[in-house]
Amino acid sequence: MQIPNEQLLEMYQRMVLIRTFEETLGELFAKGALGGTSHLCIGEEASAVGVISAARDTDWLISNHRGHGHLLARGLEPRRVMGELMGKLTGYCRGRGGSQHLSAMDRHFLGTNGITGGGIPIAAGAAFALKYQHKDEIAICFFGDGASNQGTFHETLNMASLWKLPILFLCENNLYGMSTPIAHSCASGSIAPRAAAYNMHGSACDGLDLETVYFTAQAAIERVRAGNGPELLEVMTYRQCGHSKNDPRVYRTREEEAEMAKRDSIACTAALLVQRGLAPEAVEAAANAARATIAAAAEEAMNAPTGGLQDATSDLFAN
Amino acid sequence: MPELYYSKAVNEALDEELARDKNVILMGEDIGIYGGAFGATRGLFEKFGAERLWETPISENSFTGLAVGAAMMGLRPVVEIMFMDFIALALDQLLNSAGKLHYMYGGQVNVPLVMRTPGGAKGGYGPSHSQMLSNLLVGVPGIKVVAPSNAMQVKGILKAAIRDDNPVVVIENKRLYPQKGIVPDGDYTLPLDKAVVFSSKLAPTLTLASYSSMTPVCLAVQQAFEKAGIGIEVVDLVSLQPLDTATVFASLRKTGRIVIAEEACLTGGVGAELSALIAEHCLDALEAPIARVAAKDLPIPSSLAMEKMILPQPDDVVKAVKKTLDY
Repeated sequence: MQIPNEQLLEMYQRMVLIRTFEETLGELFAKGALGGTSHLCIGEEASAVGVISAARDTDWLISNHRGHGHLLARGLEPRRVMGELMGKLTGYCRGRGGSQHLSAMDRHFLGTNGITGGGIPIAAGAAFALKYQHKDEIAICFFGDGASNQGTFHETLNMASLWKLPILFLCENNLYGMSTPIAHSCASGSIAPRAAAYNMHGSACDGLDLETVYFTAQAAIERVRAGNGPELLEVMTYRQCGHSKNDPRVYRTREEEAEMAKRDSIACTAALLVQRGLAPEAVEAAANAARATIAAAAEEAMNAPTGGLQDATSDLFAN
Repeated sequence: MPELYYSKAVNEALDEELARDKNVILMGEDIGIYGGAFGATRGLFEKFGAERLWETPISENSFTGLAVGAAMMGLRPVVEIMFMDFIALALDQLLNSAGKLHYMYGGQVNVPLVMRTPGGAKGGYGPSHSQMLSNLLVGVPGIKVVAPSNAMQVKGILKAAIRDDNPVVVIENKRLYPQKGIVPDGDYTLPLDKAVVFSSKLAPTLTLASYSSMTPVCLAVQQAFEKAGIGIEVVDLVSLQPLDTATVFASLRKTGRIVIAEEACLTGGVGAELSALIAEHCLDALEAPIARVAAKDLPIPSSLAMEKMILPQPDDVVKAVKKTLDY
C-alpha cells in the first residue's frame, strides 16, 4: 500500500511544519521570548501526521504534554498555537492554557493535558458522549509510554472496553518517560500487550515510517468506527530532543541518538518522494513553504497583544 | 407538603432531572439495582435503565474524568462518590480538569458536572469512611461546593446543581440521610450561593453559623437557648464555595457575636476562612472573639466512644455559645 504522491507530499510538508515549529520554539526559549517549559516532539512527527491524517476532521482528538505535533497535524493555525505558547490573546485559549492546556473545540481538538495520563479518561468521556449521541465520530487519545503506568490508563481501558466506547488509545512509545527508560518502568516491556487484559485489540507499529503509521492507524480507526469497541495502538517512535527545555540527556548515549537519527522520518519521507518520482526541488519547495509559515507565525505571535487583568480574572465560571 | 427523608429528597431530585433532560446521566459504583450504598438511586435503574445509569467499576478518578469528558461534549453527568473519603481518589480530575477547563481553555468549554458524595460520620465507620472533607475543596478555584442540611434544601439544590453549567460538588451527609423534612410539591430549585437564616423569635444576641450535619444540631441549641430567653440566629451557610458572606456579616452586625460550627477538622477549612473574612471585613462588629467548634485535627477512630471525643458534640456548641455570650 502506498500513499499517493500528492498526499504524501502534503504530509511531508506537515511534518516539516511541526519540526520547524519545534525548532523555532527552542530558539525562542534561548532568546527568553517564552516562559514556562515546553515538551518538543522532534523525531515523533510521523506519528502525529500519520495518525491524524488517517482520521476524519470531525473525529475528536485529545493529547498530552507533548502535543504541538498533534495540534498542527490537525490543522490548527501555527500563528495561534504560537500565540498561545507566548501567552498572547491571539492564542486559542487567549494565553491562559499555554502548551500543555491548549484546546480548539471548533477543530474537534479537546485539548492537550498537563497531567500525565489525565487526558485518558476525558477522551473516553468524549467517546462515551459520541456513542450516547449516536454519532459516527470517534475519539483518539494520544499519550506516552509513561502515562500507561498511571491508574487512569488501566481504569479507563477497562471501562472503555466494558462499554464498547468508540475510542482509539494511541500510545506514542518514545522509549523514555522523561528520563526513565521503559525497561525500568513497564513490567511488560511494551504497552500493546496490556490490551489483552482489557479484552481489547492491541497492536504495535513502527512509528518512524509515515506510511506504516498511516495505514495501521487507518485500519484501527475504521474498526473502532464500525462499533467493534476501543483499540490500543502502540506507535514505536523516538524523541530526538530532550524531554523538556533543560534536559542534558544523561540517561542515553549520543551513539544511540545518532543511530536513531538515521531513521529520521522527515529525511526518509523526502527520500521516498524523490524515489517515487518527485523532483528534489519540488520536495524542497514544499519544505521551504512550511518553514516560511512558521517564521511568519512566530513573527506575528511575537507582536500580538497580551491579556490584561480583565482577561486574567474572567471566565472562572460559565454563566 | 410531604415529609421526606433527606435520602429520598436526593432520589426525587435525580428522578425528576433524569426525566426532564435526556442529557442527564448518572455514574457511580453500585448505583444500579442495588440503589447506591445509601439508597439515593433506589428505583431509578428500574425506571431509566442502563442507558441513563452507568454503574462503574471501582475507578473513582477515571469515572470522574470520563464524566468531565462527557460534560465537555454536552452531557450533564452526575457522579456519586460512595463515601466522601474516596473523593481523594478523584481529586486529580476534579481540581486539575473539572475546575479549570472553562477558564484555562479560554471559555471554549463548559463542564456541567455534579459530584454527589456523603461526608461525615454516622457512628463507627472509622478513619477512612467518616470524614467531612470540605476543607479540601474550598481552596480549589472553579468548583462550586454546597452542603445542604435538610431535605428541602438538598432537593432544590441538587436540581439547581444539575442545571448549572459548572462543576458542583454536593456534599450530602450520612447522618442527614435518615432525617425527615418538609419538601414542597412540584418542581423547584434553590440558589447555589445563598446562606439560609433561621431567625429567633427573640432579639438575636449571637450568630451561630454552620452547615451540613451541624445545622440540625445548631437549630436544637437555638431552641434550648430560646427557652432560656436567649435569642440566637442560625445562619446555615449551605454554600461553602463561594461563601455568602453578605448574609453572615448582616447577622453578625445585628448580634456582635459569632460561633462557627462544622463537622470538618478545625484547621484550614470553612470555619477558618469565615473567621479570616470576618476579621478582615467585620472586626468592628465583634463584641467577643470568634469561637469555632469543629472536629479535632485527628483521624476519626472507629470506636464509638472515641469517635465522640473527636467529633463536635451538641454540648461543645452549647459551651462555645455560653462562653461567647459571657465574654
